[in-house]
Amino acid sequence: MFTHKKRPWAEKLVDRAFIRMTAILASVVSLTVFGIFFTVGFQAVFQGDLSSLLPWNPDSIWQGIAPWNDEETFGVRWGAIPHFGLGFLANSSWNPVRSDYGALTPIYGTLMTSALALLLAVPLGVGTAIFLTEDFLPQKLRTTIGFMVELLAAIPSVVLGLWAMAMLNGFLTVFTPLHTHLGWLPFFGTEPGGPNLAMASLILVVMLLPIITAVSRDSLNQVPIELRQGAYAIGATRWTSIFQVLIPAAISGIVGGTMLALGRALGETMAVTMIIGNSTNLSASWFSPSSTIASLLANQFGEADDIQVSALYYAALLLMILTFLVNICAQVIVKRLALKYD
Amino acid sequence: MTTIQHPLTTSGLNYNPYAPRNVWNRAMNLLAALFSILVVLPLITVILYVLYKGGGAITPAIFTELPPAPGLSEPMGMGNAIIGTAMVTGVAALVAIPVGVGGGIYLAEVAKKGWFAQFIRFGVNVLAGVPSIICGLFIYALVVNTRILWGESFSAMAGGLALAVLMLPTIVKTTDEGLKLVSQELRIGSLGIGASRFVTITRVVLPAAISPIATGVVLGIARAAGETAPLIFTALFSPFWPDWSSGLGLLAPTATMSVQIYNFGIMPFAPQVQLAWAASFILVVMILMANLLSRWLARLSAS
Amino acid sequence: MTLSIADPVISCTNVTISYGTFAAVRNVFLDIPKHKVTAFIGPSGCGKSTVLRCFNRMNDLIDSFSMKGKVLFHGQDLYGPRVDPVEVRRRIGMVFQKPNPFPKTIYENIAFGARINGLQGNMDELVETSLRRAAVWDECKDKLQESGLSLSGGQQQRLCIARAIAVEPEVILMDEPCSALDPISTLKVEETLHALKQNFTIVIVTHNMQQAVRVSDMTAFYNAVEVEGSDGKVGYLAEYNETKEIFNNPKSKDTREYVTGRFG
Repeated sequence: MFTHKKRPWAEKLVDRAFIRMTAILASVVSLTVFGIFFTVGFQAVFQGDLSSLLPWNPDSIWQGIAPWNDEETFGVRWGAIPHFGLGFLANSSWNPVRSDYGALTPIYGTLMTSALALLLAVPLGVGTAIFLTEDFLPQKLRTTIGFMVELLAAIPSVVLGLWAMAMLNGFLTVFTPLHTHLGWLPFFGTEPGGPNLAMASLILVVMLLPIITAVSRDSLNQVPIELRQGAYAIGATRWTSIFQVLIPAAISGIVGGTMLALGRALGETMAVTMIIGNSTNLSASWFSPSSTIASLLANQFGEADDIQVSALYYAALLLMILTFLVNICAQVIVKRLALKYD
Repeated sequence: MTTIQHPLTTSGLNYNPYAPRNVWNRAMNLLAALFSILVVLPLITVILYVLYKGGGAITPAIFTELPPAPGLSEPMGMGNAIIGTAMVTGVAALVAIPVGVGGGIYLAEVAKKGWFAQFIRFGVNVLAGVPSIICGLFIYALVVNTRILWGESFSAMAGGLALAVLMLPTIVKTTDEGLKLVSQELRIGSLGIGASRFVTITRVVLPAAISPIATGVVLGIARAAGETAPLIFTALFSPFWPDWSSGLGLLAPTATMSVQIYNFGIMPFAPQVQLAWAASFILVVMILMANLLSRWLARLSAS
Repeated sequence: MTLSIADPVISCTNVTISYGTFAAVRNVFLDIPKHKVTAFIGPSGCGKSTVLRCFNRMNDLIDSFSMKGKVLFHGQDLYGPRVDPVEVRRRIGMVFQKPNPFPKTIYENIAFGARINGLQGNMDELVETSLRRAAVWDECKDKLQESGLSLSGGQQQRLCIARAIAVEPEVILMDEPCSALDPISTLKVEETLHALKQNFTIVIVTHNMQQAVRVSDMTAFYNAVEVEGSDGKVGYLAEYNETKEIFNNPKSKDTREYVTGRFG
């Protein structure tokens, strides 16, 4: 018979505790997501800090609601959502004097800057990705360019903002002729004189390019070589096979990367704040100062109080829902379009 | 079935530069090259411009002095912001690495499938998509506004927590993916000699995956160090050296290089703008180094 | 050893192909006759596929590829300085070892090649004819609008053959087209080959000697020898003749050993 050494109880305990601990740490991630939604939502509904959730707090939101407290509801200070309702989305005034707040201008600014940026960045990024996956350049040079593009993604947004401010006059010399010649278009309707929405879009393009390029390049690289050979073997030219075979085969990755970039663009804060002009006046012209939800938050949150804080949280909630939806769409699209290739 | 006629002439195989498809092909070649130049151009100008403007502003005093009061040009330093960035990113790393690596281990080693793992993965993806300024607002509401940290409001600790929220998904993902690369034989081998799961994971699997995880962590920290939006309402800013009496400086408002770029960059004073460039220089050089370090780590593991 | 063939479609003169500094196959002289099936057989690594791929300049996709000697197509040098590889591939089609249908519908898989080659006329008819000639029409006539990837491996390969036919090339190169297929699918593809040779010149690389006997009129046997002073092997064309000669009355000892299954 073997003399069997029993597994010491301490070892079992450590093992089990370790597994439990990883589960708890993993849950922290999900709890954080939940916490962010809850906190932002709470602040958008109520004024006052999170501690007013505690029933014993003198400013508790439960007074008047909770059965153990039969005082009047005057203690509850409702925030922006009860105050402004859905009208918040359609109201373009942001007036701290009259406490009249609406997010139409920043919503328009957010969507417009992101749309313009994507419009420019997608063809540029996908074009570059194609250039980097074809054999135009020697492999070594391509790897170097790929590395440099990755570096561009790592440059802090605030540094890009500072750079954009330094390049302001350069932007203006490009924009001014657009206004002079095409000024009858509402988009070019105002004379570009300082920070504006078009500049914010351009700086977003610079930030989105590395994402779109890197993701598209990876998905193009993953298209099996047999497909390319197949296309060439029936007499397709380089660009016919790129457009008709390679891009369709890589489309899930490209669209996924684009959606990822859109999520980034919607929530991008610092560079945009520094270059968009932070005006809360609605204007159709791309050459007039504007704001995005993120820039509004960065610009106003520090000095805001009372209902304005709550209104900013309401805007933040809208931004979160927007980026959340975009990210969900991205995941669904990637799954739906993914090719089953073995 | 009709027989096929091949209209083959001797010149038929030759390249015809005027054939529409060949003209189109060359035009597209040119366009793709043009696009690539347009993409690489801003990168080069940003880096060169930052190196040029910021490099000139780097003096020994930058590391040892405080920034000047608005309107003055003496002293020219940002030692407090450099220390502050180190403190804030340090806190973020201390919080995010254990939680992120632990979560990654759970996803890759403990619960690979099942609804809970799916749910966590979903959470990681959602968190990765949360705009960075929202992370700042979240920590502001949770920590700063409630004064939950020993009654203090704005602090390096709060800034670190906000950055940790931002870093968390990156670290979970790189850990998860790094561990998936470890071959199954290694796990079976270790479990086969009677090692517990704890020993298998910490002594065998984690060391085998350390290189990709370290790469991800290094890049995550470098990126966090450059983040501004989560810090402006949490760590705030300070024109002074950290107050060591207040929780080793961690519980007081703290200057960071990234917030300094924002605050000083939009000021109308030349010395402040110059300091913003100096801070940009340091951040960009740091990120360059982190990228090179991560590539070196990757090459190390490949050999 | 060189066989004289009147009016060859493809003709190799002293072809040596290298990848980087490493020669894969050397000194090949070979004439491919019109409207016949020519089989390339031989052990692994003897350069059969390499030679095949240089007939339609597929090797251009490989950076390190270089070739010496001449490959003539109806007397015209395929590697001449002014030759457009795209034109070459339109006349000399190819079917690969692994089925590689495009991620498009079955219909589009066929129509795509025809369309980019400027073929006019009734596309529906062309799709049907091509699929019929590749003997896969019955299996996919009801799902023309489904993805080509939804077919089985054997059907996918015949779809790829149909795709190559639809372009109406003169020559079809086949690189071990049956190696990934089950025996029943293999038989169907072989039947297809028989029907196709009335209209096309076919060159097929195969590992399977029975297949070579079944489908081919001519057989080229490639072999590999050790290179002095290195640990690599280089391929060469050992014997080329009518298939029945190669299998019943081989001239060289190596060929005899190979076709009787003693090595390879």
